[in-house]
Amino acid sequence: MNKLRENSALTGWLMVSPLAFVLLFFLVLPIFLIVVVSFWRATEFSIIPAFEWDNYAFLFGSPVTYTVFFNTFKYAFVTWVCTLLIGFTVAYYLAFHIRSLTWQIALFLLCTIPFWTSNIIRMISWIPFLGRNGIANSTLISWGVIDEPVEWLLFSDFAVILAFVHLYTLFMVVPIFNTMMRIDKSLIEAARDAGANGAQILWNVIIPLTKPGIMIGTIFVVTLVMGDFITVRFMSGSQSANVGRLISNDIALLQYPSASATAIILLLTVLLVIGTMLRFVDIRKEL
Amino acid sequence: MTKTTNNISRRGILKGGAATAAFAAGSTLGAPMIWAQNIKDVTLRQFGTGVSNLNDVATKVKEDLGFTLEMTALDTDSVTQRAATQPNSFDIADIEYFICKKVWAAGNLQAMDTSKIDNYDKIAGTFRSGKLTPTSEIAQGTAPHTVGFTSGPNGTDFVQEESGWMTLIPTIYNADTLGIRPDLIGRPINNWSELLNPEFKGKASILDISSIGIMDMAMVVESMGEYTYPDKGNMTKEEIDLTLGLFTEAKKNGQFRAFWKSFDESVNLMASGEVVIQSMWSPAITAVRAQGIPCIYQPLEEGYRSWGGGLGISAALSGLELEAAYEYINWYLSGWVGGYLMRQGYYSAVPDTSKEFMSADEWGFWYEGKAAEGDILSPTGAKLAGAGEVRDGGSFLDRMGSVVCWNSVMDENQYMVRKWNEFIAA
Repeated sequence: MNKLRENSALTGWLMVSPLAFVLLFFLVLPIFLIVVVSFWRATEFSIIPAFEWDNYAFLFGSPVTYTVFFNTFKYAFVTWVCTLLIGFTVAYYLAFHIRSLTWQIALFLLCTIPFWTSNIIRMISWIPFLGRNGIANSTLISWGVIDEPVEWLLFSDFAVILAFVHLYTLFMVVPIFNTMMRIDKSLIEAARDAGANGAQILWNVIIPLTKPGIMIGTIFVVTLVMGDFITVRFMSGSQSANVGRLISNDIALLQYPSASATAIILLLTVLLVIGTMLRFVDIRKEL
Repeated sequence: MTKTTNNISRRGILKGGAATAAFAAGSTLGAPMIWAQNIKDVTLRQFGTGVSNLNDVATKVKEDLGFTLEMTALDTDSVTQRAATQPNSFDIADIEYFICKKVWAAGNLQAMDTSKIDNYDKIAGTFRSGKLTPTSEIAQGTAPHTVGFTSGPNGTDFVQEESGWMTLIPTIYNADTLGIRPDLIGRPINNWSELLNPEFKGKASILDISSIGIMDMAMVVESMGEYTYPDKGNMTKEEIDLTLGLFTEAKKNGQFRAFWKSFDESVNLMASGEVVIQSMWSPAITAVRAQGIPCIYQPLEEGYRSWGGGLGISAALSGLELEAAYEYINWYLSGWVGGYLMRQGYYSAVPDTSKEFMSADEWGFWYEGKAAEGDILSPTGAKLAGAGEVRDGGSFLDRMGSVVCWNSVMDENQYMVRKWNEFIAA
């Protein structure tokens, strides 16, 4: 008994083993399989075990790959900026301008209401709204703002980013609101007593203290946008592509090895991006 | 005492013997009887594209045959994927012939004995000899008869003669062309090249299904006079580059409003006026018209791109379920479904039986290209044409006689697919 107690390492191992097993089985193993398949060869209807670099060679050899990765980053960056601005403003208003906790909770729940419907529905409902003969165009024409229907509203990068912002802003609001609620109000009072104006308080007190929340929101938004394919497909009318679409097209055409190779490169890219972001902010403070 | 015992045991033996004999008879000779009782418990799972996976068919099957048919409608690529990779997820595959060419070698489908198909003799010539009429020429591409037969019950090859073993039992086919919105175009359209006409910049669309889209593209390229393919249905790498190069350029110039992948997307694009000219399928035209919006399935000088579909049986199917599958396929060819599909603008692979399920006026309108005498209704009851109107493209022989290519799987398919992916991403 004593011996067992002394061997605290063993107890430790036993305690983490269920989690380790779950992670191993449902995370590491599937990723390992994707790595393996990415070296296989595909015919039209079957995949053949092999070890060849063809899939990677084709991927890096095609100029389209670079355009598509650039597109993916572009979507992620613009969406991130928009969701951050909106998310921060909403969270700031909820946390500092609404005084009673009841109202804070009520308004916060109000923000989540659109998220009770399906992603796809919220996305597709933009299509009739933005279309050539849609509500947006007919309203603008009746107001006399424009004479001809505006084409770039739908099936364009604008539409894709609009849908992304609409879909993912809440993922920014929630963590930022959460960190803001933890800021000790006396810090703000102290800053004011020391003579800081509103902008200075925001810049020197609130933003540094909400950084972990911003970072968590950023991770959510960036990974969701970089991994998405269906929003890009619907909102761009299949005309634009990000890496997710490249993968989904490959899968649809039964090119599993090529899809795996692309998925591995995407995974590495996203890990690099997140790794870089985590160098700037210690999100453990948040947890 | 012994005597009695003997008696009993002898009687016991006799009884047992009789029971065994009866059981044996029941299980062999009596099979149809058991089958008739059990058939209600059979559930067949069918999947295919939205064009022919209709709930009305499942309802009618339950009514006429007694068993349950579960339908799953998917887009063309997902159908191919499922046929190739998930053989246990279906019993009946409702697929196109070009898909069959892709997946047959995987061995997930079993060959079907044509002697068990009651209406085999009435199946249209296109699916058997490849010839619509004895004198007609066979179009380029994956023509159904080239992948319609295999060498035997376990064949994974294709044979070019009527071998008695079919890969798919043909059910449906049609000639496809461009759909247009005459009210928004306001002038006659006669050539495939109009798809890339700068006049329709930002108002054109093409379908994002490689095996079909590449053929539409080839029709456009030939019509523009850019290139004449020795065989559109089997392009070389250079020809693929040329074709997709032209379309990539058009895409970058903003020619296309969107690409579509499933049939309902094409309906929405057309009905909303986002697109005025695009690759389209017959029932999509029907669906746009049913909303009261003018839409024409425009016959073009260069001819049609054609496709055919049929039912395949999963290799895993055996016994009672296999019998039910044959029963279902025989029922499918017996006319009711054919009539239903014809009223959507397709052609039934067994026109003779379908005719019995259509009115003379419907047959005249859809098949013979005659002017309608009264209102022509869709299977769901929407009005598609009024008295005096004629079907776009005319009669069966006019339309199918002008087919110049079939949806195809080429030798360079792998290359084409990758290039196609690049075109979509470009």
